[in-house]
Order: sequence, then C-alpha cells, then structure tokens
Amino acid sequence: MNQEKQVTKWVLIIFSTVFLAIMLLLPLFYVIITAFREGWSAFTAAITNEDAAASIRLTLIVTLITVAVNTFFGIFASWVITKYRFFGKKVLSALIDLPLTVSPIIAGLIYVLTFGRNSILYPILDAWGIHIIFAVPGIVLATIFVTFPFISRELIPVLTAVGNDEEEAAAMMGAGFFRIFRSITFPHIKWAFLYGIVLCAARAMGEFGAVSVLSGHLRGKTNTMPLHIEVTYQAFDFTGAFAMSSILVVMALIILVLRNVLEYRGKKENG
Amino acid sequence: MRSTKNKHTIPGFGLSMGITLAILGLVVIIPLCSLVIYSAQLSFHDFIATITRPRVLASYQVSFLTAFIASLINTVTGVVLAWVLVRYEFPWKRFLDGIIELPFALPTAVAGIALTHLTVSNGWVGSFFGKFGIEVAYTRLGIIIALIFIGIPFVVRSVQPVLEKTDAEYEAAAELMGADRRQIFFRVILPELMPSIIAGFTMAFARCLGEYGSVVFIAGNTPYETEITPLLIMSELQEFDYASATSIALVMLFTAFVILFINAAVQSRASKIISGIE
Repeated sequence: MNQEKQVTKWVLIIFSTVFLAIMLLLPLFYVIITAFREGWSAFTAAITNEDAAASIRLTLIVTLITVAVNTFFGIFASWVITKYRFFGKKVLSALIDLPLTVSPIIAGLIYVLTFGRNSILYPILDAWGIHIIFAVPGIVLATIFVTFPFISRELIPVLTAVGNDEEEAAAMMGAGFFRIFRSITFPHIKWAFLYGIVLCAARAMGEFGAVSVLSGHLRGKTNTMPLHIEVTYQAFDFTGAFAMSSILVVMALIILVLRNVLEYRGKKENG
Repeated sequence: MRSTKNKHTIPGFGLSMGITLAILGLVVIIPLCSLVIYSAQLSFHDFIATITRPRVLASYQVSFLTAFIASLINTVTGVVLAWVLVRYEFPWKRFLDGIIELPFALPTAVAGIALTHLTVSNGWVGSFFGKFGIEVAYTRLGIIIALIFIGIPFVVRSVQPVLEKTDAEYEAAAELMGADRRQIFFRVILPELMPSIIAGFTMAFARCLGEYGSVVFIAGNTPYETEITPLLIMSELQEFDYASATSIALVMLFTAFVILFINAAVQSRASKIISGIE
C-alpha cells in the first residue's frame, strides 16, 4: 500500500516536472539561444538599430503612462469599493473587471469605433488636430484598457480582509482622507500594491492584440516591442525577432522573481 | 442600522467616487457605448448574413474546438500540478510553483514565435513529431499547443488554495472505512474540488477563445482550417470593414458573457450546497 503510494507520488511529480519543463522552460531557453546564435554583435545590432531602439522607447513610454493611470485609478476604485456602502456597487465592480473578459482584438475594435472615422467624436478631434487611431494615444488607451483592473483587483481582497475599524476610528478622531490613507491604509496594502504594479507593467509591455489593432504599424513611430517582434519575424529576420524577445523574456523572469518575493513579504506581514 | 449610520464615516467618498467614475467613464463606458451605438446602426439582415458566412462559421468551429481541447488538457494537468504542489515535498518544488505564472508574465507574441519555431518541421520538437508523420506548426494541433501554454495557470491557481484547505482527515476517515484510493479520490476529494475546477476551466476557456498573440504565429491562418475568430475580426478591421468586424465581435462577446454567466451560476449553486442551503 505504502509502496504503491510512493510510486504514484513519483509518477505524478515526474509528470508535472516534465510537463512544465517542456511547455514553459523549453520556449524560454529557445528564445535566449536563438537570440545569440549569430553571436553577440548580431544580437546587439538587432536591438540597437533605429527601429528596435524606437520600439523600446515607445514601449517604455506606454508602460509608464499606463502604470501611472491604472495605479491612480486602482487606489481610488479599491477605496470606494471597500470603504463605503452605496447603490450599484456590484455594477461598478463588474464594469471595472470587464476588460479582463474582453478579447484584446475586441478591445482594439471598440477604440477604433470610438475614435475612428465612423465615430461622432472624429470631426471634433480632427478639428483640434488630435489623432488617436493608428497613433500613440490609441496604443496608450488600448493598453490602459487591457490592464485596467490589474491594481484594484490586487488591493480589494487585502482591504476587505483588513476591515475598516482602524479607518473609522481615525475618522472619528478627525483625520482627513489623505492622512488616513497614508498612515493607516497604505501600510496594509503596500505589498499587494507593488505586486499589482508589477503585473500591470508586465502586461502593458507585452500587450500585442489590442495594440496591433490600433497601431498603424509605422516602423520607428507606432511599433511597440511586441509589434517590432512581429514585423521582424514576418520579414524572416529571426535573429532580430528573438533578440527583442530575449529582452522580454528577461523581463518576464524578473517579474516572476518579484512576484514570489512580494507574495512572501505580504503573507508574512499580514499573517 | 450601523451600516447606514456609518455610511460616510470615512472621509473622501465624493473625491474617490468622482475620480473612479471619471476614469472608468473614459476608459470603459464611453468605448462600450460607442460599440452599442455602432451595433444599433447595423441592419439585422446584414448582421445575420455576416455572422453565418461559411468562413466565419468555420472559424467558430476552429476557435471552439481548439480552446475546448486545450482547456480540457489543462484541467487534467492542472489538477495533477495542484495536487503535486500541495501534497508532496520534493526538490525544486518552490521553483516549479514559481514558474506556473510564466504565461501571464511572458508577452504572447514571444510565446507565439518561440512555440512556432520549436514546432516547425525542422524545429527541435517538430522534427521529433515529424518522425511519426505528425505536423504541429500551422495545424490545429499547433493552435492547441499555444492555447495549452496560455491556459496553464488558471486551473492550477484556482484548485491550489482549495486543496490546501481540504483536510487530509476526511481521506484518512474514508481509508479507515475501507475505501480504496481510487474511491477516495473520486468520491471524497474530487467533489470538494469541483467548483474550483469548473472556475479554472471556464476562465481558461474564455481566455483561449479570445487569444490572439500566441496563436497567430503558429496557426498558419488557412481559411476554413486554422483561422480563429479573433484573427477574422482582425482581417476585417484591416480592410476597414467595421460592420463585419463588429458583427463577429458581438457574437464573441455574447459567447464570453454566456460562459462567465454559467460559471457564476455553478459557483453560487456550489456555495449554497456547501453551506447547506440547498
């Protein structure tokens, strides 16, 4: 009986290890190896040429704006949902989570319908000389949309678990909103908050579908890193595509390490 | 009583509600309204004609079939992975647990080109399968592989916490009463895990139906054979045929909501059963 248990145990462990090694680790190693198969100089040339550098710059800008907007939103949204009772709370939280259930391609489509030539907003925006579709603002908006609930979703469970007693006591003693948030609420949520930012940044850098709809695919202008990978891959420049991919692989690994560290710290502090 | 009195004890309701609604309005509500307005202008006849074109119908079949098979495979391996990570101790366990979320952290386009290059006929994995006459890249099998990659974390991460909470004592009791290990698993453990398995499956399935980045490289995108629905929307958009793109998108959105609704219904029924209401 016990020996049979041991056999099952090791069969399952070996199955799991092999499955994860082939499905997850093999693609990672493959990206790194292919990126360097033509040597170090080909690798550096592939990521420092004008188009590649422009795509890295654009991705950083888009990620920075997205994280800033979603952080700002996430703090206030999770505060509203956990600190007050009001009519329509369920609808509000459903609307915040909605972007997670929408395919990235459809996310791109709804922005095309909102700001494109068919839209009622188009003549107004055009008169002001504002271009959103097939330009950088469209890429930023689509990225904000697909990562919209990332930070509030991390904060809401922590805030609910901590409860509101401390905040209510502070309010009775006359503390204002910013004071309460800074000295009472924030210390509870800081690890979840950082983790939300990490997740949001990761998805923002890697978003492909929605950005692909809204970018005009103009080299050096509206190509983000994932779009640059697509363009170089389709031009059979595999070293270029895998070199750029290797940067994103390293980023993904950093994110996984951070995730584990932050989760560990959060669990330790909140019991 | 207490709640109504304390409704606004904590200051900042107006400020935080205002900011939340303003950003939500700009990012989610206005774009959704424009989708509704645009859809209302579509003629019903054209809408039906678009969503029942043979090529579109074939794409639903490809998307559904591949997403379903991939999610089913991920459900079985996901339960095994969760079990192994919760119940056993072995070297490298922390490491395996830590990489489960890799598909969330790795951009889909990167996963797409890596899996494609590995599975083409002269790739590392593709040449192995080639010996048995199986082609992976540019077939439906390739799409399934990409979707398995994307869906790995869902079932593992929804089953894991439930498994951590279920007591090993139940199993010990069942064993004492003479149940063999197969009975224990299928009669005692599996029913306990079922709601979380269904939740993981539906989330993975919904994600796989909408997936674009990792699939578009490996699929080959042959009409009627390996063309998924999101890709069809993309190609309508590239031809500026917004009416067709919107019509097909509405079908996809509707499907996604039905899937999530079924999941919500199953979950609330399961929680009622557990708490003894039903």
